[in-house]
Amino acid sequence: MAQHDREGGVAPVQVRGTVLTVRRVDAYVAMTVVAPAIATRFRPGQFVAVAVGGPQSAMLARRTFSVHDVRPDHGGTVEFVFLPREPGTQWLADCRSRDVLDVVGPLGRPFPVPRDPASCLLLGVGPGAAPLFALAARLGDRGCPTDYLLGAESADRVFGALTARRTGRSAVVTTADGSMGSRGSVVDMLPTVVQQARTDVIYASAPLGVLRAVCSLAGRYGIPVQALVAEPAMTCGTGLCMGCVLPVAGNDGITRMVRACVDGPVFRGDLVRWDDVGTIPFDALGAPGWKPRPGAPGAPGVPGAAGERSHAG
Amino acid sequence: MPADLRTRIGHLDLPSPVLTAAGCAGAGRELAQFTDIARIGAVITKSVTIEPRAGNPAPRFAETPSGLLSSCGMQGPGIDGFLQRDLPWLLSRGARAFVNIAGHTAREYGELASRLSDAAGVTAIEVNLGCPDAAAAGRPFALDAAAAGQVVAAVRGSARYDIPVFAKLSPEVTDIVAVAKACVSAGADGLSMINTLPGMAIDPVTFRPALAGLSGGLSGPAVRPVAVRCVWQVREALPDVPIIGAGGVRTGRDALELLLAGACLVAVGSVLFHDPSACSRIQRELEEELVARGVDRVADVVGRAHQPAGYAADRRRWVL
Repeated sequence: MAQHDREGGVAPVQVRGTVLTVRRVDAYVAMTVVAPAIATRFRPGQFVAVAVGGPQSAMLARRTFSVHDVRPDHGGTVEFVFLPREPGTQWLADCRSRDVLDVVGPLGRPFPVPRDPASCLLLGVGPGAAPLFALAARLGDRGCPTDYLLGAESADRVFGALTARRTGRSAVVTTADGSMGSRGSVVDMLPTVVQQARTDVIYASAPLGVLRAVCSLAGRYGIPVQALVAEPAMTCGTGLCMGCVLPVAGNDGITRMVRACVDGPVFRGDLVRWDDVGTIPFDALGAPGWKPRPGAPGAPGVPGAAGERSHAG
Repeated sequence: MPADLRTRIGHLDLPSPVLTAAGCAGAGRELAQFTDIARIGAVITKSVTIEPRAGNPAPRFAETPSGLLSSCGMQGPGIDGFLQRDLPWLLSRGARAFVNIAGHTAREYGELASRLSDAAGVTAIEVNLGCPDAAAAGRPFALDAAAAGQVVAAVRGSARYDIPVFAKLSPEVTDIVAVAKACVSAGADGLSMINTLPGMAIDPVTFRPALAGLSGGLSGPAVRPVAVRCVWQVREALPDVPIIGAGGVRTGRDALELLLAGACLVAVGSVLFHDPSACSRIQRELEEELVARGVDRVADVVGRAHQPAGYAADRRRWVL
């Protein structure tokens, strides 16, 4: 089981970073920004929140992106990958090198990595695959063999297939239209891959529906999942706005509405109540009609009350 | 020479007129990573309720032109969690705490005020009148002068005498001055405005409202002119009542505008989501704006827009 080294994380910083490169990678845009303070603090799974539209922008929400990679050149650069499809990300895609961006990061809790070598399956769908490659490098340092299972709608939306084939012990690709790898979804291939690779732990970064299916399948096999969620969309990324909440059960058995940006974006798959995402479960702490059990953890006056980070385990 | 940003309201002495607006800075913990919260005027906390609240389902935010629509449903740990963890943390960082309270009956507000009075270190109480009134079929208190007055009276009656009570008003009324007067005669020591404006966005992909709560409150630079108008009207009617101005403040110049309209304090709200260090920056910019205009003390510009036009013309000739 993956051991956690989540505590002792360093505080995020807000920097003005110079754009180094903007590249097209298939359907995606990969952007590299010089931000030494973020690069040195970064751990795989963390993300950055970028202000879009300039200083007097009409777009107040920050756009958040999982960090794909950090490199030591120019003191430290941060790379992230996105699909430009709304005005904010379109504006970013139109940036050129030497433009200056307001970037906050690194944010969120990173992927916990196993203390002892374990067989790790890295599962990514679309741009969700981006944060997995830095994780793979870290797992490699610890002697963990890594297998990849990547998916997307079509071949041009599969991110990092080449890197996966080169660096992974094995790499399986699925596309919905069959234009690359096997036709179908990553969920269809998961049982085969897990059995062939003798997977000990799954790291998944995908849309909610896929994460939910992966977690339920993995539960059947008794394999722990570390899931990186990208929904609900974040507005600030820093934990201020409370917009990106989802129901997560704590180790004390109490479900709380926690922020994906500070308590995630990486969650233990078995603790997220996938079926209740987008709702307030009736038994969540503070839900309408909810009453504290006297003396129970989570009740007022007892340590472990609302909002504490005890759920992450 | 730097301008003096110190602001006195009654017996309160604040180092700066720049505050965080309720609901946009939590209890300061996240903000402290980016801003020295001891050096801004005060932290107005997210609304504190009696019971813990899970809030509304996601999505809770929608981006609109120069604004944000939000419907968070006041998620929070409740008064016990607040007093146990959030308030001591704020005080340990040397910040001043303006605690925003919310309830569904005047009694709940009163109970919250008395709990806060028993705790040491609350600098002021801000009463969120934007909550649905259980006795009026869910109409917010702020929309009815009598209901707002009752809540303020309950809070003033339960709060310790030396904790000032600010009533937060909604712009969604025909006559904001009437509500302001009702609050002041019920005992409010100051007023705070504006709360969000109700709005709605529809997702063109799903063909459904963009927020799970259907409609939400609009904030951000889009509502700033509404805030300026509300502050102006209330200052005109009640020149001696201190006002916390809030609504889309993004730069020092925006803060100056609200001060000129009559606010003594300026709260920075949803702009913090865009720029978590906005409070320090706005404070610095405000000082620069004052220095550039030859003003020594921030108190000198409060309500200056109400002075006769001839005087304003003089200023243009001499200062700019």
